[in-house]
Amino acid sequence: MDYAIIVLLQVVVTIANLALISAGLAVIFGMMRIINMAHGEFLMLGGYAALVSHQAGLNLWLSIFVVAPLVVGLVGAVIERLVIRRLYGRMIDTMLATWGVSLALVGLITVIFGNTVAGVSPPLGSLEIGAYAIGRYELLVAGVSALLFAAGWWVLARTPVGLIARAAMQNRDMAAALGVDPARVYAATFVTGAAISGLAGALIAPIAGVAPTIGAAYIAKTFITVISGGAAILAGTLSAAGLLGAVNAAFSFLTGPVLGEVALLACAVLLLRLLPQGVTGRFFRRSL
Amino acid sequence: MTVSLRSALGFAAIAAAAFYALVVVPQGGDLTTMINGSIYASYAILALSLALIWGYGGVLSFGQAAFFGLAGYVYAVAGLNLGDTALAALIAVASAAAFAALLGYFMFWGRVSDVYLGVITLTVSLILYRFINQTAGEEWTIGAAPLGGFNGIPSTPIMTALGKPDETLMPEQIYALSVGALVVCYLICRLVIATRFGRAVVAIRENPVRAELLGYDTRFYKLGIFTLGGAIAGVGGVAFANSVFVSPTMFNLQTNGQVIIWVIVGGLGTLAGPVIGCFAMLSLSTWLGSLDGGGWTDPNLVMGVVLTFCVVALRKGLLPTALGLGERLFAVARERMGAPKLGEPRAAEDRP
Repeated sequence: MDYAIIVLLQVVVTIANLALISAGLAVIFGMMRIINMAHGEFLMLGGYAALVSHQAGLNLWLSIFVVAPLVVGLVGAVIERLVIRRLYGRMIDTMLATWGVSLALVGLITVIFGNTVAGVSPPLGSLEIGAYAIGRYELLVAGVSALLFAAGWWVLARTPVGLIARAAMQNRDMAAALGVDPARVYAATFVTGAAISGLAGALIAPIAGVAPTIGAAYIAKTFITVISGGAAILAGTLSAAGLLGAVNAAFSFLTGPVLGEVALLACAVLLLRLLPQGVTGRFFRRSL
Repeated sequence: MTVSLRSALGFAAIAAAAFYALVVVPQGGDLTTMINGSIYASYAILALSLALIWGYGGVLSFGQAAFFGLAGYVYAVAGLNLGDTALAALIAVASAAAFAALLGYFMFWGRVSDVYLGVITLTVSLILYRFINQTAGEEWTIGAAPLGGFNGIPSTPIMTALGKPDETLMPEQIYALSVGALVVCYLICRLVIATRFGRAVVAIRENPVRAELLGYDTRFYKLGIFTLGGAIAGVGGVAFANSVFVSPTMFNLQTNGQVIIWVIVGGLGTLAGPVIGCFAMLSLSTWLGSLDGGGWTDPNLVMGVVLTFCVVALRKGLLPTALGLGERLFAVARERMGAPKLGEPRAAEDRP
């Protein structure tokens, strides 16, 4: 019984983690059709931002929830200004240019911090259920992930800002004719996506540690989750993360973490063969 | 400049480059040059395969290195078990082609398109990477070949002279073989593009709907070009296995990304461009690695900036940009000499 609860919690944590690290990419790809290959590096930068400010003496929670999103949002603004702005509507080119950005960021961070793994131990201790235990911090991360998606839905569905953002994505020219400046909306969306990635990177840093090259470990997984999700940003990412995360967690339990990852990837290939438009191309079509 | 003159000049340039690589370089070449040259040539074959399927077939495979690595591993395993390296190389290339055909069938008949196709191919490559990476240990051996996990197979057999299984080729001969394979693959690509099949493939890239309405089965043509691309990438993989040895890095994200970078930097829609891009970027990265610039010459940093710059500023890539510049100069020179003015300079290549 205790074991079953722990397994269940572990599955929930895996799914929430996957959804969390994919959220920033989902905003940028889903709303702007930009494949941001530097997404993994945004996560990595978030981790470093939180870590460095914590080591400089700042409270850990402040570093994670305030400093990391701010720093990465700022980096996102600079990148949008210098690179992305020139490439709107050229999907393959944005992918290649952001790949270049990703390499440059890896190089830059290696130059500054050296090619070593850094980290802090997760706070809050662990929650014991019978003979088993799970980190309280991991549960907190799952909670934050759920909150983030709820907030995202609220902003998109219930606020004027969300309405304007959705309008500009759906029909740029019509939105412009009605007095919305699409360039500003795009820039704001990119920065928001970057900031969310920064937050996600900071949140998982105590669990996974940070290293300059750690982005590569995330990019494929997140990319696959977002694409498998399909057109609807929130419902798509959540459903794909739910499916792929559950498969990953189940196979990790049965065969070990490496085959768990392989199972996740194989499941994504099958999913895209059966539903070429992603999960939300077939199900939950009218959701956000 | 007329088309025939252009293509004649192009062939002369290719022949000169091949002559330089095969005859001039080995003259004064030390061992490092030979080994690096073989590695560059095998990567260039990989770049060529992507140049063919992406530049001409319009199929962006994000995981082209899957076929490269697969062929390398098949070659190593078959070579260790059979002892006959030429047969092993044939099996390796055939299995890369077969795997590409299977994957292509899966994708094109499923009507999977653009981004989704990229994701599937990348995923397949990463599955192979993850799988091979964890094959360290006794239980993962195929016949006489241990798969070796993260370390790869350092005992990858080196090609032997035909009919003489005891005579292993020297690094110079491997170099000649790799560059020779590159030239042959290039010629095969040129030939295929000139055939009716090749023209249909380009037509499908330009406008799939129109091609389909004209009665071409786009799935069949895409599958054909994709399979050929897989086979060529396989040739590169075998050459790479002979130059170094096979290891999981052949499949990883960096290798897959680099190929795309070479094609884009060299010029999408050309065959020679990506090969030039590959040699240029690899030399640049080797040169940067040998510099001591206080850390600021980190290869990733410089490569990243170069790639971003190429995409943003040099939209067509090196070769088409250079050709366009050359044609403009040529037109100006003609005008100066009083020849009738040419029309607008021809676009260097037909792909934007």
